[in-house]
Amino acid sequence: MRAPVWIAGVGLALAAVPFLGLPAFYESFLYLVFYWVVLATSWNILSGYSGYFSFGHGAFVGIGMYTTATLAGKFDWPFLWTLPAAAAIAALTGVALGWVVFRVPKLRGELFALITLAVTFVIGTIVLNTPIDGGPGIYLNSVPLPAIMPTPSGTFYILALATALATVSIAYAIHRAKLGTGLFAIHDDEDVAEVMGVPTFRYKLAAFAISCALAGIAGGIQAMFVSYVTMGDTFSIVVPLNVVLMSVLGGTRHWFGPAVGAAAITALLYGFTAGDFAVAGRAAVGLILIVAILFLPDGLLGRFGRRRPKPAPAQSPVAAGLVATPAAPPGAAPSTRPLLEVRGLSKAFKGVQALDGVDLEVRAGEILGLVGPNGSGKSTLINVVSGHYRAELGRIVFQGRDIAEEQAHRVAHAGIARTYQIPRPFAHLSVMQNVALPARFGRDALDSAAAAREARFWLEFTGLAAKADALPEDLNLHERKFLELARALASRPSLLLLDEVLSGLTPSEIDGAIRTIRAIRDRGATIVFVEHVMRAVMELTDRIVVLNYGRVIAEGGPAEVMRRPEVVTAYLGKPHA
Amino acid sequence: MNLPSLTLLGQSLLSGIFIGALYGLLGLGLSLSWGMLRQINLAHFALAFLGAYLTYQLASAGMDPLATLLVVLPCFFAFGVALHWVFARFAISPFNSLLVTFGVTVIIESVIQWIWTADYRRLESHYGDIKFRIGTLFVPLPELLTLLVAIALALGTWAALRYTDLGKALRAAAEDAPIAAAFGVNERALAMLLSGLSAAFAGVAGACLALSYTLAPSQIYAWVGVVFAAVMIGGLGNPIGPLVAGLVIGVSEALTMAITAPAWAPLVSFSLLIIVLLARPRKF
Repeated sequence: MRAPVWIAGVGLALAAVPFLGLPAFYESFLYLVFYWVVLATSWNILSGYSGYFSFGHGAFVGIGMYTTATLAGKFDWPFLWTLPAAAAIAALTGVALGWVVFRVPKLRGELFALITLAVTFVIGTIVLNTPIDGGPGIYLNSVPLPAIMPTPSGTFYILALATALATVSIAYAIHRAKLGTGLFAIHDDEDVAEVMGVPTFRYKLAAFAISCALAGIAGGIQAMFVSYVTMGDTFSIVVPLNVVLMSVLGGTRHWFGPAVGAAAITALLYGFTAGDFAVAGRAAVGLILIVAILFLPDGLLGRFGRRRPKPAPAQSPVAAGLVATPAAPPGAAPSTRPLLEVRGLSKAFKGVQALDGVDLEVRAGEILGLVGPNGSGKSTLINVVSGHYRAELGRIVFQGRDIAEEQAHRVAHAGIARTYQIPRPFAHLSVMQNVALPARFGRDALDSAAAAREARFWLEFTGLAAKADALPEDLNLHERKFLELARALASRPSLLLLDEVLSGLTPSEIDGAIRTIRAIRDRGATIVFVEHVMRAVMELTDRIVVLNYGRVIAEGGPAEVMRRPEVVTAYLGKPHA
Repeated sequence: MNLPSLTLLGQSLLSGIFIGALYGLLGLGLSLSWGMLRQINLAHFALAFLGAYLTYQLASAGMDPLATLLVVLPCFFAFGVALHWVFARFAISPFNSLLVTFGVTVIIESVIQWIWTADYRRLESHYGDIKFRIGTLFVPLPELLTLLVAIALALGTWAALRYTDLGKALRAAAEDAPIAAAFGVNERALAMLLSGLSAAFAGVAGACLALSYTLAPSQIYAWVGVVFAAVMIGGLGNPIGPLVAGLVIGVSEALTMAITAPAWAPLVSFSLLIIVLLARPRKF
């Protein structure tokens, strides 16, 4: 809780500057610093946290500028009243853009950067050619500036300071909030985040709206500050490039990184301009950018950017176990009531029929083995049930509710969790945070402290407690597999889909894993167990279903099914001779 | 809205083709390094302008503008190789390559501004005076040269990638570098060669710029958006795509300008880009 105190303290101290009677030059310089702090920090809320690098921030600043210029310059609105409008219109534009773009899964990374840049030029062209601007630009000289401070420069200073403080506070709050956790997960692996219950579309939209609104306010103030708004200066590539540069230099994973970068770059540019070396100043900025990317890829504050989870209060595993016990009583015998019912499920990829009318049911409390040769559709089935892929045909009824059309995060909220055959941990989150995330976003949507307790429990359960603060890259394959398991368990699922958790493990590691999975079932979870390690399938499962070419070819008790000729044929081929 | 005369329409169609050729020429190197090296080389534009200024300087000193390429191209090739060496040494991600080359862009822009000032510069050469006449239409020689060079380089690159062993090795390395290396392809040397070639292409584009356009350091950024659009629409790593897309964009811009107002032109290219990004089914 130190950071909010710091922000408030620094803010109060800075608010006293206009009363010191300094030359207006200082206030104007600090105004510029605050302006860029707002732009860089607001950009970072979407782009730094979630990894969706926008090159369209100039568009939202521009929308703010033109909103204020139009309302104050042409319709005689009082200046301050135009700022909420500037924020609202910028945010609405952002939401409209995000509504379209965030639905297209391929528009990530550099393609998102490009499309936002293109949108900047489209909006700029429209502004230029319509009465909004019309070509000559808009003058704001005659708009009265409210006398908040004794001097105009003081007024601009205090407005920019207030906006900068608000922006940094919002960035801080989001960084600590559930929204921030979700955005960081999106940054590392959006598909996995969605499957773990993060409503990725809504989160991206929310972050974009906040980011755009703050840029819009900054633009509105800037319009008044420069008092002459033109299209060419506004909708250019310069704003986004500066903003990216500042944030990357300061560190995009830290809420204060962009502010540090903005202050450094602005001071540098201003210093060179003041000394008549503007050209050298620009070159220096270019050089700094190159050096920063090459030698400090995480930014100046990158080392401090890792979110340290609060240490959970020490608690005995037994007590934590009470917290974590799922709804069903431990050790419940397999019942005949279906927990999950799949009917006529079909899914094709470019003509390959991965699932072809699959019917199966999973009974509450059982371990259902799902086996079949490579390419038989096992992983696709898991992907469809968990909501990652949408089926073309068929129904998936989970606890009496059809979830075939649900988005993946809603499937997770309903109580289905999965692991990945090739572990897909969030690379920049610690092991602890990786496990706490599904607890926070899963069925019970635990609060931060409870999620940390839950995560600690499952880390102990899977034997990863000693690695809680490590990054996933420091784990070996065995530990990563168990991290997958711990993440799936931490969401307290009613149904657990295990996709080849044993592949690549040594025989003794497999023995340990089998014991662990049995213990999970004894806690009341229902498990679908996709596996090639036949020994484990035979030891663990109550029933098995055999898939081949996307169809169910056999179903029944493990020993009996594996002896059937059609199953043997599917695995080993037809006997010749 | 008045429909312009047939002559005017023909002339603007022609100018659209010519500027489209330049889009394609600028896009060629960009597309190759993006598609095959996974580097988004923003510095390509700055390099082209640096080449244009060098051509301007050497030609003003008495050299034939086309002969200046003999000096410019080897230097640029070496620059491209060096740039790739840095990228490979630091294992730069595609997005960080964009940021680093933005830094390079800013530095080159500063150098240009320092040497040649921010004023507009115009190369006066005998090429600029030569115009052909086809019916009622005028065809200036520099623009025609640009078009021919753009076509020649695009087709030449395409053929080299498709038919020569070196080209096949390059495509294999672009597809899967470790596997290509396992089959004996010297992937690192090839990547440097390709990066050098892209930079040299920027030099060629620069000479064409100098022959037909007025130069100013700030103009570097004016081309970024529309050439990116041509590259994306044309398909990354495809040598002919940027030229075709550039011509389509150039012509549609020119017609937009002739029919409505010149200021509406950017709407065409960027709307095209947005539509392509949204509608194209596969990942680029």
